[in-house]
Amino acid sequence: MMQLNIPDRDYLNSGHVGCPGCGATIAMKLALRVLGEKTVVVIPACCWSIIAGNYPQSALKVPILHTAFATTAAAASGVRAALDMKGDTETTVVGWAGDGGTFDIGFQALSGAVERQEDFIYVCYDNEAYMNTGVQRSSSTPYGTRTTTTPGTEWKKTRKKNIVEALAAHRISYTATASIAFPDDMMRKFKKAMEMKGGPRFIHVFASCPTGWGVASELSIKIARLAVQTNMFPLYEVEDGVKYTLNYKGNRSIDEYLKMQSRFKHLTEEDIQTIQEMVNEDWQLLLRKIGP
Amino acid sequence: MKKVIEGSHAVSEAVRLARVKVLSAYPITPQTHIVESLSEYCADGSMDARFMCVESEHSAMASVIGAASGGVRTFTASSSHGLALMHELLHWASGARLPIVMAEVNRALGPGWNLWMDQTDSLAQRDTGWIQLYCEDGQEVLDTTIQAYRLAEMVNLPVMVVLDAFFLSHTYEPVNVPDQEQVDRFLPSYVPRIQLDTANPCALNQMAPPPVYMEMRHSTQMAMEQVPRLFKQVEDEFFSIFGRAYGPVETVLCEDAEIVMILTGTAASTCRQVISDLRSKGEKVGLLKLKMFRPFPTELIRKILEPIQKVAVVDRNFSFGASGIFAQEIRAALCNYPEHPPVFGYITGLGGRDVTPEILEDIYWRTRNNATPKAESQWVGLDQEIVES
Ligand SMILES: Cc1ncc(C[n+]2csc(CCOP(=O)(O)OP(=O)(O)O)c2C)c(N)n1
Ligand SMILES: [Mg+2]
Repeated sequence: MMQLNIPDRDYLNSGHVGCPGCGATIAMKLALRVLGEKTVVVIPACCWSIIAGNYPQSALKVPILHTAFATTAAAASGVRAALDMKGDTETTVVGWAGDGGTFDIGFQALSGAVERQEDFIYVCYDNEAYMNTGVQRSSSTPYGTRTTTTPGTEWKKTRKKNIVEALAAHRISYTATASIAFPDDMMRKFKKAMEMKGGPRFIHVFASCPTGWGVASELSIKIARLAVQTNMFPLYEVEDGVKYTLNYKGNRSIDEYLKMQSRFKHLTEEDIQTIQEMVNEDWQLLLRKIGP
Repeated sequence: MKKVIEGSHAVSEAVRLARVKVLSAYPITPQTHIVESLSEYCADGSMDARFMCVESEHSAMASVIGAASGGVRTFTASSSHGLALMHELLHWASGARLPIVMAEVNRALGPGWNLWMDQTDSLAQRDTGWIQLYCEDGQEVLDTTIQAYRLAEMVNLPVMVVLDAFFLSHTYEPVNVPDQEQVDRFLPSYVPRIQLDTANPCALNQMAPPPVYMEMRHSTQMAMEQVPRLFKQVEDEFFSIFGRAYGPVETVLCEDAEIVMILTGTAASTCRQVISDLRSKGEKVGLLKLKMFRPFPTELIRKILEPIQKVAVVDRNFSFGASGIFAQEIRAALCNYPEHPPVFGYITGLGGRDVTPEILEDIYWRTRNNATPKAESQWVGLDQEIVES
């Protein structure tokens, strides 16, 4: 295993109000270990705006700017501009948003900031729905999922939006996927992103949500690992929108992954087969971009 | 130095003189000349600032909120649809107690698309916790913008400097542009009350549940209540250096007046002429020009209007299902006085229609010739042919 030389100091206080097994909380803990104390975190409306704590407490030992739902990338751009004007180029500005805040309502601001080459790291912790408001579908919710707004037979019939490819199309200098089940890989990516100052960097973290997905909290990491092992959520990096690197090759069928979660329990074997074909197709597409 | 400049450039000259550090804006007619000139100042190095060309007004306000939270002086400008798009963030700016200054060019909202003067855009933002100052001419725009920074940073509240579309934003007038050295004397460099600081990590704008939210809102109101006193202090200091002052309201010939007309913005200029013409015919009429709309100068207005027989409020704005917005506020300011004058409300000059001396005279005579108002608001200058078609 690669030595990352990351201090074991934590910037997440105990006593936060994340659900047991919350993947988004684990992701923050790991990320801040790498990013360290010279970090400002910008958080929009999402589970993390709750986890971070009520006035006058804070779950983080670094400054947080809470901001409106759609504004992560814009607010982070402003913080960066202020720090730059004060001559502080050392501090890392991190936008930390959910999938809803990134794929949907905050997408315009993100796209704008990336095109402007704003110097920050944008992290999307992806739990595949609007969890804070009670598990409504987002454009990150995968095909086949039941949510409170895609209930019963109206389970989601459209694909998950591919955010990393959308970012790659902006020719962003660095974008990567990461998973809480692969902490070394994830922390390496945060370290790399942190060191690539001067432009936007985007990390898409798969963050399981036992509460919203209908999985026992102790299986949070296992389910996140299975997502990678089944190629539902491949681990890879893209530099400058063109240079692809694959970090893990999965080979398991999606069967076990889907059947562990009550959000998929309505699916027939045929539906599962359809999803498997979609996963295979996306995987082949990715391999073509990775090249030989 | 006297320069002949547009109202828009009076804003940008002031912003440059205020040594703003971060600007962020999205273009919309009739605000574009403000941001274009500021972009030039940033590009030619006459301003040491970062200009962020964001992709929407929502992001413009969000990014100045981010920058102000980072502890620097900020500026943005917008109008109409742009201001409406910002609405959510206007609450964030004041709730976070950030001294952001924004120039807002009054323009009508669609549909139908209309680029021209109308106050409904800024007045629809009256409950967002921003100080609102309405200007009459280029000099007032420049002076108010500089004063706005001083005031905002004293009370930690954002300030909207409001100017009429085209009538002011695109009109060239001689404006006294002060020296940098004088402005520096009036406006010291910004020392934030609180800011994002890794050496002293705090969470800003976090979840505020029922046991604390109300107190937070109350503290914003306490700050608002300081504004009339602080604005006077700011104006006194400004006057001692620059020799100009405006006041939250200005009265013209109100002392012995029987009827007082209340106006804002450039229409107040037209009214000055109308008042003087009517006076020469022996009519006892005065003008109250309202500059400060938030906080509303209730005490002051009560004192001025109490001895008056009738009040005529001219609104270039409208609240559907109610009345003109300035008229509502004037009525509210007077209603607890048992002996207050009747308030006549007139709607005119919407969507860029000119408010002519004839219209204002008509308004005067309608007020003079009726004991009480015929309706909450009377629309003046409607084309009856279009209305009936
Ligand atoms: C403008 C606006 N619309 C809606 C909401 C309500 N809201 C708060 S959080 C949220 C969902 C967040 O979902 P996501 O970004 O995926 O984060 P998660 O809650 O899943 O962590 C919604 C819809 C809001 N706060 N602001
Ligand atoms: Mg989510």
